[in-house]
Amino acid sequence: MKNVIEVKNLTKEYKGFKLDNISFNLPVGSIMGFIGENGAGKTTTIKSLLDIIKYEGSIKLLNKENKNEALKDIGVVLDDAFFPEILNALDINSIMKGIYSNWDSKLFFQYLIDFKIPKNKPIKNLSKGMHKKLEIAVALSHHPKLLILDEPTTGLDPVARSEIIEIFQNFVVDPDCSIFISSHITSDLEHIADYIVFINEGKIILNEKCSTLLEEYGIVKCKKEEFVNIDNKDYLKVRKYRYDYELLVKNKKEFKRKYKMELIEKISLEELMVLMLKGE
Amino acid sequence: MDIIISNSSNTPIYEQIKEQIKSKIISNELTTGELLPSIRVLARDLRCSVITTKNAYEELEKEGYVKTIPSKGVYVSNINKELAKEEQLKKIEKILEEAVVLAKINKINEKELKEIVSILYEER
Repeated sequence: MKNVIEVKNLTKEYKGFKLDNISFNLPVGSIMGFIGENGAGKTTTIKSLLDIIKYEGSIKLLNKENKNEALKDIGVVLDDAFFPEILNALDINSIMKGIYSNWDSKLFFQYLIDFKIPKNKPIKNLSKGMHKKLEIAVALSHHPKLLILDEPTTGLDPVARSEIIEIFQNFVVDPDCSIFISSHITSDLEHIADYIVFINEGKIILNEKCSTLLEEYGIVKCKKEEFVNIDNKDYLKVRKYRYDYELLVKNKKEFKRKYKMELIEKISLEELMVLMLKGE
Repeated sequence: MDIIISNSSNTPIYEQIKEQIKSKIISNELTTGELLPSIRVLARDLRCSVITTKNAYEELEKEGYVKTIPSKGVYVSNINKELAKEEQLKKIEKILEEAVVLAKINKINEKELKEIVSILYEER
């Protein structure tokens, strides 16, 4: 299968922070969730993808040698930086027409209708959810093949978030379209992401199919005296509480068979993230 | 076609999709030759990932319930309904066997066991 993002040995050093030799691939037609704490390196990675900052290593987008060529077919929503607040959707349409040769005004106005965004209202008078949807409409209106999104749902209410997630799922109905989405709201990604890449302190600590994480990984809850009998190869992390221990295991079925323990639960991405970072 | 997924269930989502489509094929709600939604449209409509629906279709294909025709779509195969039903009955038998063993160990008689089954049947 072709990859639409190929990152090899990406490294970027700031004072007090290092994006440390990360590599991953995003296969065409899929959604990849990029998760991690604030400051883990998500935005630095995205800025490198988009050539906003300089970096070491290699990044190939949409299978094209020339990155500028690739960027034409990429829609972007960044956490910060957008249009001046006095502009409205009509103004943005005129500006974008000049920037993208493949800008589709008709499609843009259709998105405005679909997302219920008023054409004449200046950005500053839009709600936060509407503002984000406008950014997404902009990102979608030059027929991109790849969306790169930095925290597109952060700070939005559950209804707006679910609407945005719906937009993304509609986008990938086309098998040539893919999404790379960073977020720390893991519940948004849980259902729709095909792959999860987990970054911590500038390093990738997990790269797995989302369905594998949700269906095979699990949390074991046990007593201290049970814990001493467990081989440390059989769990990834343990979190010790006062009255019980929580273990992150890679394959709950196998674990159950081996140790005959009953209390093994499904894990959510959020629990996984916390256990990976807080466990020993 | 109704497909209802439970996110809290311990049954993997791809398996829930697979079993529900399978039962629709066995019960003739989906008929031979019928075109199924594409993995991507199904993923969107069920609000799950594409990998999940792909998995479900692959399993269905392996078991002979559907057939993928490249660049056309996924179609319901011509399956032997009787055979398929028998397969399901075997599965049920296996699960019930466990219940019977457990009942015998705990001295629960046949009548009580049947009662539980009929209550469960009513509830669903």
